[in-house]
Amino acid sequence: MDNPGALPESPQESSRRRFLKRGVALGAALVAGAGRPDPGQAQAAPDDPSKVLGGPRRPYGERSRFETATRKAFRGKTDEVGPNMTPLQDLYGIITPSALHFQVHRGGVPDIDPRKHRLLIHGMVDRPVILTVEEIKRLPSVSRIYFTECSGNTQSEWRAPTLKNVQGTHGLTSCSEWTGVPLALLLREAGVQKSATWIVAEGADASGNERSIPLAKATDDILVAYGQNGEALRPENGYPLRLVVPGWTGNINVKWLRRIAVVDRPYMTRMDGAGQPSLMPDGKARQLMFVMEAKSVITFPSGEQRLPGPGLYEITGLAWSGRGRVRRLEVSTDGGKTWRDAALQEPVLSFAHTRFRFPWRWDGREAVLQSRCTDETGYVQPTLADLVKVRGLNSHYFLNAIQSWKVAGDGSVHNVHA
Amino acid sequence: MFTPRALAITGIGVLVIVATTLPSPAQLPTFGLGRTPTAEEIKAWDVTIPPDGSGLPPGSGTAALGKAIYIERCASCHGNKGDDGKYDRLVGGRGTLNTDKPVLTVGSFWPYATTLWSYVHRAQPLDEPGSLTPDQVYAVTAYLLYLNGIIGEHDIMDAGTLPQVRMPNRDGFVADPRPDVGKRARSPRR
Repeated sequence: MDNPGALPESPQESSRRRFLKRGVALGAALVAGAGRPDPGQAQAAPDDPSKVLGGPRRPYGERSRFETATRKAFRGKTDEVGPNMTPLQDLYGIITPSALHFQVHRGGVPDIDPRKHRLLIHGMVDRPVILTVEEIKRLPSVSRIYFTECSGNTQSEWRAPTLKNVQGTHGLTSCSEWTGVPLALLLREAGVQKSATWIVAEGADASGNERSIPLAKATDDILVAYGQNGEALRPENGYPLRLVVPGWTGNINVKWLRRIAVVDRPYMTRMDGAGQPSLMPDGKARQLMFVMEAKSVITFPSGEQRLPGPGLYEITGLAWSGRGRVRRLEVSTDGGKTWRDAALQEPVLSFAHTRFRFPWRWDGREAVLQSRCTDETGYVQPTLADLVKVRGLNSHYFLNAIQSWKVAGDGSVHNVHA
Repeated sequence: MFTPRALAITGIGVLVIVATTLPSPAQLPTFGLGRTPTAEEIKAWDVTIPPDGSGLPPGSGTAALGKAIYIERCASCHGNKGDDGKYDRLVGGRGTLNTDKPVLTVGSFWPYATTLWSYVHRAQPLDEPGSLTPDQVYAVTAYLLYLNGIIGEHDIMDAGTLPQVRMPNRDGFVADPRPDVGKRARSPRR
């Protein structure tokens, strides 16, 4: 919830800081008093850690036992099928910890032995090839910071403010540093034939996720990734190999990648042809939609948080665009009547989350907070009314409208349509 | 990554030199990695079926045969008639796409019958993906098309007939026109 930032120093201690101190004291009191059910964690932390020998070194790190942010499933039909959303309200900077990266599964999380896993490249190529993961890791690699976003992110919010916090409304986007081999290199090596125009990428999991991707994108900036935030991909995020398709809809970033067919048309797989199309008011559906358009959201203050009292706060959040860089981010504290520029925190990268910051003195009266981003193409994040006017209420996917959070007089923050 | 020798090799001669200095034929010409898949390996993995049906295996089935398979393997999630909304609804919804409550099913929405075959073959049932034989997949596909009123109970679905099935919503799709909303700012200040 807290977002330590570069706020101008105020002569008196800000109420936010008091609030944070109180929060820490409260946390300690909870641990000292009630303790936790796990006997290994029941012990209270020492009052002065400098007077006690610390714990043993750990071969693989874990976060502090006082940190509790988790991915959350707001819906889903079984434990294996459905989305798990990133707690954006609990995160700092632009990188999503791998353990909190959002996930959407349709066939569970596969258990894959990387020594047995293979990538097959075939179809309209001169040299069909099977590669092991070890072989792929021997090829020249690059590391790039890219967001991914499910096109269903924010789908609960078309008709009415529905989910109460930003994890629910916007938690199907995350941002990682990905390491892998440019798909262009693999395709060049395999020798793509002149008449080829598309690829079909297939994952090795039970869901049969196959997606058709235009060859122009495949030979542009797609990665075949094995690394995420400096270590191997997590199983939920595609271990041991996945596609990362900068700026394009989530499930086209095929996880557990095992096959790339080079072809001359889209194959109209379930997710190409039936699973993702976006229904318009006339009953026609838009098909083969790829780009995640510019979008932003305030993560503090956001739904279910509470401001302890009037005073200086730093509004912060994330902005991103599937067409490149975020160029500008404006914040409104009066429900969109007036807008002022927020600071974009470096680095501002193409196809990456961009952190924005905006100092704000809350006067204690009701306020509606909004953020609006503009990307490098000049595209401006629309209002929900603008989207609905064109697309109606049943298009389901690609809701990138301005989000509104109402700060009530008591400091509580609520999801509203404004 | 590279061997020093490979690093030193640049230019047009790469293919020839690598190919002649490695013990086994290189598959990636520049890096000498990987191997050529056999025709059987490609066939076993290449399971995605495009709308023209290329790659559909031998076999056949009818709705009459598919009903029993469907009841045993599919109905617990999708209902005996395919219209149970607990999991994805498969049947019905025709004429609802331009209403306030559109019902998207195989019958009302999916543009190609081959997609159904390919998906069921690859990923269904949820708890035993890929366990249906090609004959069973043809039969279950036929049963779902029959329940949706698209084919007759005894129409034979096979590699020849399935791609010929005209789905009701075949022409119900348009290309992505975005950006459709979101004005272009005159000249955003930095």
